[in-house]
Amino acid sequence: MKKTDIAIIGGGPAGLSAAIYAASLGAKITLIDDGLELGGQLIKQTHKFFGSEKQFAGIRGIDIAKKMIQDIKKYDNIEVIANATATGYYEDEVITIVQGVNGDILKKLKADRIIVATGATENMLPFINNDLPGVYGAGAVQTLMNLYGVVPGNNILMVGAGNIGLIVSYQLLQAGIQVAAIVEALPKIGGYLVHASKIRRLGVPIYTSHSLKEVYGTDCVEKAVISEINNNFEFIPGTEKELQVDTICLAIGLSPFSDLLWQAGCQMKYIPELGGYVALRDDNMKSSLKNIYIAGDVAGIEEASSAMLEGQIAGLNAATSLGYKCDNFIKLNKSLKAELKELRANPLSEKVKIGIEKALIKEGRD
Amino acid sequence: MLEKTGIPTDDDLEKVIPDKERLAKGPVVIIECFQKIPCDPCAIYCKLGAIKPFKDINDLPQIDFDKCTGCGICISSCPGLAIFVIDENYSDEKSLIQLPHEMLPLPQKGEDVYALDRDGSIIGKAKVVKVLKVKDKTNIISLEVPKSTAMKVRSIKVEGRNQ
Repeated sequence: MKKTDIAIIGGGPAGLSAAIYAASLGAKITLIDDGLELGGQLIKQTHKFFGSEKQFAGIRGIDIAKKMIQDIKKYDNIEVIANATATGYYEDEVITIVQGVNGDILKKLKADRIIVATGATENMLPFINNDLPGVYGAGAVQTLMNLYGVVPGNNILMVGAGNIGLIVSYQLLQAGIQVAAIVEALPKIGGYLVHASKIRRLGVPIYTSHSLKEVYGTDCVEKAVISEINNNFEFIPGTEKELQVDTICLAIGLSPFSDLLWQAGCQMKYIPELGGYVALRDDNMKSSLKNIYIAGDVAGIEEASSAMLEGQIAGLNAATSLGYKCDNFIKLNKSLKAELKELRANPLSEKVKIGIEKALIKEGRD
Repeated sequence: MLEKTGIPTDDDLEKVIPDKERLAKGPVVIIECFQKIPCDPCAIYCKLGAIKPFKDINDLPQIDFDKCTGCGICISSCPGLAIFVIDENYSDEKSLIQLPHEMLPLPQKGEDVYALDRDGSIIGKAKVVKVLKVKDKTNIISLEVPKSTAMKVRSIKVEGRNQ
């Protein structure tokens, strides 16, 4: 059976960062990713990133992915298993991997450390006719449009004014597609207001305290009904509006994709502030199991910039825990954590900070 | 209210628009950034110290308008497309607005385009006097507008575009 020092599951911003960091210290890395190409959601992000200049702020997501993939290629000690899914983890530290378009290649891998950076899955919304063709998740819209150059629809209703809803609306406009409106169930826009303002300037209305009630159509979406909602998220009768749209794009939130961590037996906890069930972890991103680390959205739904920092912390700590030397380890580990703390030192990150506090295995208790 | 609509209010804008005296002197930056988020490229790109260095990455940009020459380097650095340069000293009747633009096709120099306000309403037509193609693809459009609309126009729509 194949052996590796560190298996990293997921090649998005967190997994790539972890791989680069751990490989730079000499650890043998096996990076498993289900995409046809590495980069996770980064390769669909045509907008410039926020964050600090040090962590690629001002650079478009797609270009960040290109840069990180180039870095990965520089290391002989990183092996990439692409187009593959890690399907299980067993007590003898063996990961099973299913590879190929038909899923007919089965591989086994023994790893001393595992960094789970599997990201998140999209949440679904219950409404009448939500199974009609033309109802998409925002991730699918981005994949069609930004990876494959396929127009997902002609006139779109975006559900959700978090950063994903706002950014995907902007990308749709850039692709020449009409965005009829953005509805947001909460009374306030959840994403960055600069994103909201730039879409507003292009004439797209944003309806806060509104939700999608119903969709009509025979073979596909032909019309949507939105309605105002009260503080208990109940529709207010008489406030309905009809929109002639052929596509519904759902951007109503993400849930950590934590199945593998459950199966491995990590201590899990439901933390709504982090988007769902997450593994408890210490501040080095180590889970309750000494050989499993986590990073990115699977550890709690956040921005790509924090995912990259968590990946760096996990990579650094996983590699040094195996005895790989890092001359300035203490200083570096501290400064990465300080940078992460700084990223979260704003009002929008309050919830995340509460969530992380709940998920933290504090020193001494470990 | 900005958090509900995505449109900054007059009160919001008052905090970021320089005084009349400075405006009358010529090109100057207006940064319509009202929310603390972790983002610092503008302060790093400004080589004149007009956008003061951030103490914390979540700071709102603080501007020394006397140091700002309206050079516009910061415009395409902003991931939020929130930076504009306004020249109220451009001519007797017109002001010049430099704004970030990421839509294709780009307008041509000399072309008349629709000038849009902060909610996307058409205010009128305006002439594009310069199209600066920036390597990172946030291009900068210089737009001639009547003086009375310089604080309103913040976007453009190119004729024939499905926007």
